[in-house]
Parts: sequence; structure tokens; C-alpha cells
Amino acid sequence: MTFALFEDRGTPLAKQRFTWRELAGKPISKLDDDAFTRVRIILMNGIEMEALRFQHAAARTNRELRVTLAQVRRVEHHQATMVNWLLGADHSLIETTIGYEQVAIEVTAALAQQEPDAYLAQAYRFGLLEDFDHMHRFSALLDRLEGKDANNILQSYTDVLPGRPTVVEHRAPENDVRRPFDRATALPLSKLNALTLVAAEQQTHNYYMNIGPVFADPLARQLYAEIASIEQQHVTHYESLLDPEQSLLENWLMHEAVEAYTYYSCLQQERNPRIKAIWERMLSYELGHLSLVAELFKKHERRDPQEVVGDRLPEPIPFQSQREFVRATLAREVNLRASGPDFVEADQEPQSSLDYRNHMNSEGSPSETVATDYVWQPGTELARKVANL
Amino acid sequence: MQDSTDGTEIGRNRTGLQASPQLSKEMNDVVMPVAAETANASPLNEVRLLYIREADPLGSIPQPAAAKGGLKSAAKRLKGERPQVFIDKLAERLAYERGGTRLYDAVIAKFIAHEGQLQGASLQEVTEIRDEEASHAALIRTSIEQLGADPTVQTPSADLVGVATAGFLQAAADPRTTLAQTLQVALAAELVDVASWEMLIMMAERVGQDGMAKRFRAALVRENEHVAKVRGWCESLSITDAKPGERTGRSH
Repeated sequence: MTFALFEDRGTPLAKQRFTWRELAGKPISKLDDDAFTRVRIILMNGIEMEALRFQHAAARTNRELRVTLAQVRRVEHHQATMVNWLLGADHSLIETTIGYEQVAIEVTAALAQQEPDAYLAQAYRFGLLEDFDHMHRFSALLDRLEGKDANNILQSYTDVLPGRPTVVEHRAPENDVRRPFDRATALPLSKLNALTLVAAEQQTHNYYMNIGPVFADPLARQLYAEIASIEQQHVTHYESLLDPEQSLLENWLMHEAVEAYTYYSCLQQERNPRIKAIWERMLSYELGHLSLVAELFKKHERRDPQEVVGDRLPEPIPFQSQREFVRATLAREVNLRASGPDFVEADQEPQSSLDYRNHMNSEGSPSETVATDYVWQPGTELARKVANL
Repeated sequence: MQDSTDGTEIGRNRTGLQASPQLSKEMNDVVMPVAAETANASPLNEVRLLYIREADPLGSIPQPAAAKGGLKSAAKRLKGERPQVFIDKLAERLAYERGGTRLYDAVIAKFIAHEGQLQGASLQEVTEIRDEEASHAALIRTSIEQLGADPTVQTPSADLVGVATAGFLQAAADPRTTLAQTLQVALAAELVDVASWEMLIMMAERVGQDGMAKRFRAALVRENEHVAKVRGWCESLSITDAKPGERTGRSH
């Protein structure tokens, strides 16, 4: 039995409060907590940051809703803080990056399999193979810069192999814009999937843009510049799947539904009881937001919110290794490229992308350089050396 | 490209008070003096104590899956009640040597870039130090395997080594740091390395791993030679920098 979206009105907004001590709570254990606990934390921080960005953007074009937006947004911000601060300081920047790419791979693969629309599912598989390659490049950097093994973060759930090479992911902007779903006919699950991935990629882009200049090593600086550029492309790619005709309140309703859906998915599968309690609290807050926005929707648009988001949530997003699906997709689709909104074979890629890419790569390719002759192995490349006793 | 002496050029460093005497006076004019006894960090420490008292450990040591009898089997090979402490320290050393190898990759890049600056040192010598760090990593890895433990595990102390040495890697990898500055960082890393090997040898002896202790002592000999060499290079470059006379010259 799936979760009924409007039966529980959640925590009233006035009671959604935090203290600084709560916001800066105990982090997870990088070593002992399951990798998917870290995946859920990174994902939910992205979901909250997207809610925050949306509610800021909405306030710029709507006077009447500004106060309500500010009230809900304050909570979204503190939720983002509480969730993001669950990551401990013993994660190096590149180790956290490995976590981000694991989110991108496992969550995108899960959503691609549950997506009922064939075009949307293809769009997700397309992005998946690019994030998969980013994992390979960052794993090489982690090994060659810090002497660390990416699998300490991945916990063997996710392969480290080349995907669609990052060097060929650079496209002219018009080749990142896809065809949007139709708000009137798309299933709620399709809308939830699309917005989830917009959120995840946007936060990944934000993160790489923030940490890229913190590295002293010039190759690390270049690699983050390169992959951040692809993540920005991915935000365009996923964002363009959203119907631009959705009204502000329809969008807001969808955002709250996505938050409820993803927290519900986290709650169902979380093994750490302390973190599970956080997901439960956050879900209750989102149900409070959803109920508030549903009332606004009824009042201003005189429509039933269930037309937009349905009355029950889909089955939870499965937080588990999607290894076989990723390998099968890699075998079939690694040579796909993009031409406008369509996916084509490599020899049909538009010249505009080739020209753009050739210029960007004209002084060298950091993603190629960093991973020259790199093959992941347990214990890092240095484990190949024989002891000279 | 800069040379090592450029790290101590006279120039427009703006960070000190004397760089802006008027502005600095304006800042200080409104500062209310406080008694020395109030200028302390005790409120900060009160908050820190709350967190420290409630904190969980970084993590744990896993049960070795491969060895028959698991940790009990390792325990039989190790004297003492907590064999995992030794395994944790072995993993710490492994992480340090791997990181140290990568640190020397950065040192080598500086050495090549500043070729000729350091008299009496060759690229081969630096590369040998680097390769020895890698071989010490291999030595530790083999030792862990001999105890039936998993050498790919990031134990709590191995995790902490990554945090503690992050600054070394940043400093050495920065293209703006001179050869002298980079070698100073390498010297700091080597001094920690030597102290850590000494403690590991003591632990190995205490847990009854005399063969391991003997091999670690051989590694310590080499590590002490690294310290001597790198210290010598640092001193040589410092003396070169402090010496008046002809500059190695670059246009401004």
C-alpha cells in the first residue's frame, strides 16, 4: 500500500523550529554508516536547496505570496542545514565528490527504470552514463592526488569504469535542451522523477563550483572546472524536461510533493535509527508544507491539487546498487550523443557541438589527463607495486 | 617561473598593520581594551566540550572476513586483548605511506620545474625516496594481510591521517610554492613518519610480531635517511636564500 499524500497534514508550520545545536548535530560515520545513508543525505540536501532556490525565484514575480514563501522557505533552509551538516568533516572534498557521483549514478539509474515515459527514461539514461564517467575521473584524481581508494566511499555498490568520456560531453547549449513533458498528460511519477534529478544535478553543480577553487593542484582545479561545466549542462538537460506552462503554484505543489516523496523513500529504507528519526521529522514538515500549498492552490487556481500530484505517492525510490542496469545501459548507449532535443549516434552529432568541444579542449583535456592509463583497483594503483623488502 | 628565493622577495604584502598605518589607527581607536584574563576561548571550549562528550567514534575496525576464525585468529597471532588497535595503526601507516607517495609526486614536479636550483641533489634521489614510500606502503599492506585483516579498509586512524595530512598535499601541490617551501612541507611529513614508525615498531614488539618489527626497523632506517636528506636540502636552500650577492635573476 503506497503512502496517501493528503491524509496526514504533517507538522503545522508554526511548530517547525530548530535550535543551532540541532542544526549542527552529530554527523554520520564515514566508515560505519552505509553508503546509501550518505547518498540519502546528499540527495536530500539537493532537494532542499532546489526548494529554496525555487521559493526565492517565485518571490521575485509574485507579491501576494511573498510572506508565505518567506515563512516556508525559512524552514526549507534550516532543513537543508540540518541534513547537509550530517556529513562529517573527515570527508575530504574529493571523497564527498565521490559520494555526489554515487548519488547521480544510483538515483538516476533507479528513476530511469521506474520512469513510464520512454523519452524521459532515455534522457535519464543519457545523463547517467556521463555521471558514471565523472566517477571514473574523480576516482583517478582521488588516487593520484591523495593516495585514497574511492571504494572506501562507494562500499562496492557502484562500479568505477569509464562511461561516455567526459571529453566528448561538452555540447553546444542548444543540444542540451530537451522536449518537456506535458503537464496535462504526464503521470505524477514522471513529474516527480524529473524534478528530483533537476535538484540533484543543480546541487552537484553548486558543490563543484564552490570547491573547485579550493584545490591547490592545477589539474584538480581544471578537472572541477570541466566537470562543473557538464553538471551545468545536466541542469539544463533535466530542467528542460519540465513543462514551462506549469503555474507558480503548480510548481510549488510539485516541489513539496517531491520533498515528501524523497523523504518518504529515505524513511522507508534508512537503517541508522538516529538518521531515520530525522527523515521522519522532515517528512512531517513537508506534509505540513504540502497541506499549506494545497490550500493556496485550491484558493487561487480553484483546482484540485490531486490533479497535479495524485493522491498517493509512488513506490519509494529504491536506494540500492543498480549495477546490472548501469552496465547494460553502458553496453548499449555509450555512443549516443545529442542533437537538439534528440539522442543520436555519434556520427550524427551537430557540428556546433564539435566546434564548441574542440575549442574547450584545445589546450588539453583535464579529464583525459587525470585518468591516463587509470584502472581502479582495490587499495589504489599503488597496490600494484611489489614490496621491496 | 619563480625560483626559491622569490618566496622571500620584498614586496607589497598588505596583511600587516604597518601596511596601512592610518586605517590601522582608525581601527584601533574604537577598540575597547579588555583585561588579559577575559581574552580567552573558554566560552568556545564550553561548546566544544558538549560536542566532545556526546561524540561517537569516527568508526570501527571490521571483523576480518578472510581469516579463519576472524579476529580471534588474528588475536591468537597477536598478544594483548585488543588486537584491533595494532591493525588500526598498521592501516594508519599504510594510508600515510600512500599519501606520502603522492606528496612526493608533487615534490618531484617542483624539483623538475626548478632544476638546478638545489645543488648536490638529483631527481633520481627524490624519485628513490618516493619509490621507497610506495614500497613501505606495500610492506604494511603485506603485514596486514599476514594477520588475516583487510588492507583495503579505511580504519579510524587511517581516516584521520587523511584529514591531518591534507594541508601537506595542498601546500606541495600549489604551483606558487617554491622548491624550498615544498621541501619544508616534505620535511614536516617525514618527521611525523619517523615518529610514527618508531611507535609502530614498539607496538609490533609488544604484540609479539618480532618478524614484523624487524622489517619495520629496516624501513625506519630508510625513513631516517629521508629526514636527513630532506633536512639537508631545506638547509641548503635556506642558506642560498639568505646569502647576499648575485640573484638567480628574473625580470620584474
